[in-house]
Amino acid sequence: MKNNIQDPLKRIEEELKKCVKCGACRANCPAFNVFGRETAVARGKVALVQHLIKDDLELDQDTYMAMSKCLLCGSCADKCPNDVPTDEIVIAAREALAMKRGTTTFHGALGLVMKNRMLMKLGAALGYVLAPLYYKKVPATSGLRLRFPVPFIGNKRHIPMLAKKPFIDRHPEVIQGEPGKPRIVFFVGCMTNFAYTEIGEAALALFRHLGCTVIIPKGQQCCGVPVISGGDINAVQELAVKNLEAIEKYESDYVVTACGSCGGALHQLYPSVIGKRNPDLKQRLDVLAAKTIDASQLLLKLGLKPAETGAGEKVRVTYHDSCHLRTSGVAKQPRELLRNTPGVEFVEMEGADRCCGMGGTFNVYHYDASMAINDPKSRAIIATAAQVVATGCPGCILQISDGLKQHGSSVKVMHTLELLARQLAAGK
Amino acid sequence: MLDSKLIEKLTRIVGPENITTSRQDMICYAYDATQVEFLPDAVVHPANSQEVSEILMLANIEHFAVFPRGAGSGFTGGSLPKSGGIVLVTTRMDRILRIDTENLIAEVEPGLVTEQFQQAVEKLGLFYPPDPASLKFSTLGGNVAENAGGPRCIKYGVTRDFVMGLEVVLPTGEIIRTGGETYKGVVGYDMTHLMCGSEGTLGVVTKIIFKLLPYPEAKKTMLTIFDSIDGAAKAVSTIIGNKIIPTTLEFLDYAALQCVERRFKLGIPPEGRAVLLIEVDGDRELIEKQAANIHELIKPLGLVQFRVAQNAAESDELWRVRRLVSPSLKDINPNKYNEDIVVPRSKVPDIIRAIEKIQQKHGITIVNFGHAGDGNIHVNVMVDNSIPGMEEKAHLAIKDVFQAALDLNGTMSGEHGVGLSKAPFIEMELSPQQIRAMKAIKAALDPNNILNPGKMFPWP
Repeated sequence: MKNNIQDPLKRIEEELKKCVKCGACRANCPAFNVFGRETAVARGKVALVQHLIKDDLELDQDTYMAMSKCLLCGSCADKCPNDVPTDEIVIAAREALAMKRGTTTFHGALGLVMKNRMLMKLGAALGYVLAPLYYKKVPATSGLRLRFPVPFIGNKRHIPMLAKKPFIDRHPEVIQGEPGKPRIVFFVGCMTNFAYTEIGEAALALFRHLGCTVIIPKGQQCCGVPVISGGDINAVQELAVKNLEAIEKYESDYVVTACGSCGGALHQLYPSVIGKRNPDLKQRLDVLAAKTIDASQLLLKLGLKPAETGAGEKVRVTYHDSCHLRTSGVAKQPRELLRNTPGVEFVEMEGADRCCGMGGTFNVYHYDASMAINDPKSRAIIATAAQVVATGCPGCILQISDGLKQHGSSVKVMHTLELLARQLAAGK
Repeated sequence: MLDSKLIEKLTRIVGPENITTSRQDMICYAYDATQVEFLPDAVVHPANSQEVSEILMLANIEHFAVFPRGAGSGFTGGSLPKSGGIVLVTTRMDRILRIDTENLIAEVEPGLVTEQFQQAVEKLGLFYPPDPASLKFSTLGGNVAENAGGPRCIKYGVTRDFVMGLEVVLPTGEIIRTGGETYKGVVGYDMTHLMCGSEGTLGVVTKIIFKLLPYPEAKKTMLTIFDSIDGAAKAVSTIIGNKIIPTTLEFLDYAALQCVERRFKLGIPPEGRAVLLIEVDGDRELIEKQAANIHELIKPLGLVQFRVAQNAAESDELWRVRRLVSPSLKDINPNKYNEDIVVPRSKVPDIIRAIEKIQQKHGITIVNFGHAGDGNIHVNVMVDNSIPGMEEKAHLAIKDVFQAALDLNGTMSGEHGVGLSKAPFIEMELSPQQIRAMKAIKAALDPNNILNPGKMFPWP
């Protein structure tokens, strides 16, 4: 076989048959919206994979570029009338392409393709010098390194400051709550752990306020989303197993995430991608998936009543839907929490459910396209005259901050939990 | 195959960014929703009518085929490059040129997505009613070329009824204007309506002037379930006979109903045999009265459930039953042939009975749903093509379904068009004289047969 990449593709061969090329994915794809070509949209990728399997398509630069034009936001799969799991198909294709290039990751393979063109443009030399400093405290397996890969630092992309001390290191492993109240494992995620620690602090404050016992397992790792988007399934599997072990060490009622992508991994990608490959892990991954819940969802369920602030002006707040939260059914809950907060004047933006353009590592390889996807988002936020835009995913926070900055806007981007915790503190 | 000199000439017309010959792109512009594949030799994305004109002039000199394409969401292969040649994609031409709120018209380019146009006019309190199921991704140019319909057609009409004028690039490359901005106009042949539904065989539409309506003040959705298909059909004629024209009258037969219920458990009463989803729109007081009237009228017809939505969210909930039909069909069999016959609306029970006999004759499952208000039934022949002989059986059944529709004074296609898939059957519906007249028009406008060749008719 010419391409010799059949294994990952075999895994999804049956799924490909579900696609009837109706074109519904064209309506929901942020990448297609910007590139405007069929190679960027889900059914085009399905067609390409079908030809890879038929072995009459070369693995040249154009195939890599087509497969890189996906944010893995899941919007196409979410709205597909035939339930085609396009995200799984793209992941499998990337895995196959990486194997073909003889590197472990699609990003590595794509890097080969892109390097010459991108390196000079992005001032890579500077990045190489700075990288060891920047990533001193971040483990090699963290997806954070993929989000800002070494050659790309020095890009015009705005990069968050890393925290002096990661969130997990700041707290004991178990913070005892009131008896009879839920025991929750907090799955922190890399962005919150290393950069946006204030999100972690907010989550902690809110769940302690509700009397929960909060467990922050030291053994937890990156969820693997940036890695999975690179098609390195073996690495994701290792992460999944380590995370399972760390979480299972403690008895708990819920596993809480404060990041759309981490939640999506535990909830959906682990069982569908890793569980399918490893029947022996399936049952444990299913249990984990069933326990996993987004922080806003659980706060609402546990009846959080954001305290009366009484004094001070109301903050005008709008909300952005992270794709991974929206496609897993978290959309009403954060809005309800915000609406119920006395210090918040809630206002909807136009197209709140549209992707911000981050797409894990998409913005690294297609920065201009990623900002083009972001453009209507920034405009919509500014049009609401809100002071704060809240969202449930640190990846979105990064991207939206960047977009707003480029529009010269001073709207503050916050995690929903930060806003809630701030109101809570003000009420005390 | 196109030689490199030709590609160079095309590149000069559209610019290097807007032409591609890579294998990846050929694969991605080889399909539509028909599930067949024909790879083109090149794909071009022109920006305006001038570029389209130059491409077509070149095609006449060099004798290569040009296949116009919008979103590629058609069901009959109308945009597929059957014989190779170039695919001409209209989606870069996607601007709204003007919305004239005094004359209630709008001028748009063909690559604009239908729903985006609707949203834009709705912001101004205006209404563009045609609503093909693909409206979230299909283009207006494609809608015109296929004369697209949709559930609201019973009250408002099809795409053609909203097209007032066009800019068309003829197959020879000449740019003409047809129709105009006036509601009346009888000078010359009606070229506008000739182009509507011509499936990209007579010209490439590059601008469209649409008629608009005021957006209706309110709408009301009702989900009604009957204990027999005859009851539902009688309801349709009773409602319309009593001078109420609903916005939509969508129906599901028992097979469709069972499919949805099995998979999604919506709680449909077990004695239910057919569903009618009825929507009325207009003046708030009027539709309240209409809804009450409808309830009274259909009560004696074996009505087992009558639900009225009180708000938009509830209306959406009622529509779910209709929306979930397609996704649940695969539970029967993996392969679906979706035909869209039309019969006079009083003949709906007859066609359903005829289809029942066709199922028994061929031993296959057929699920029916669709637009009962205008007699347009989506006939879904569900088979498993991995079983030898099934595909042939499906085709025989489809032929019988067409014949049954024609026997009831109907037509074999209300919305999807002829394209490639229905071309072999067209002689069942059209006389040799009709076909000859149509081919004469084609030959007169496209002497070199370069624009979307091999479609619509059986070609030698």
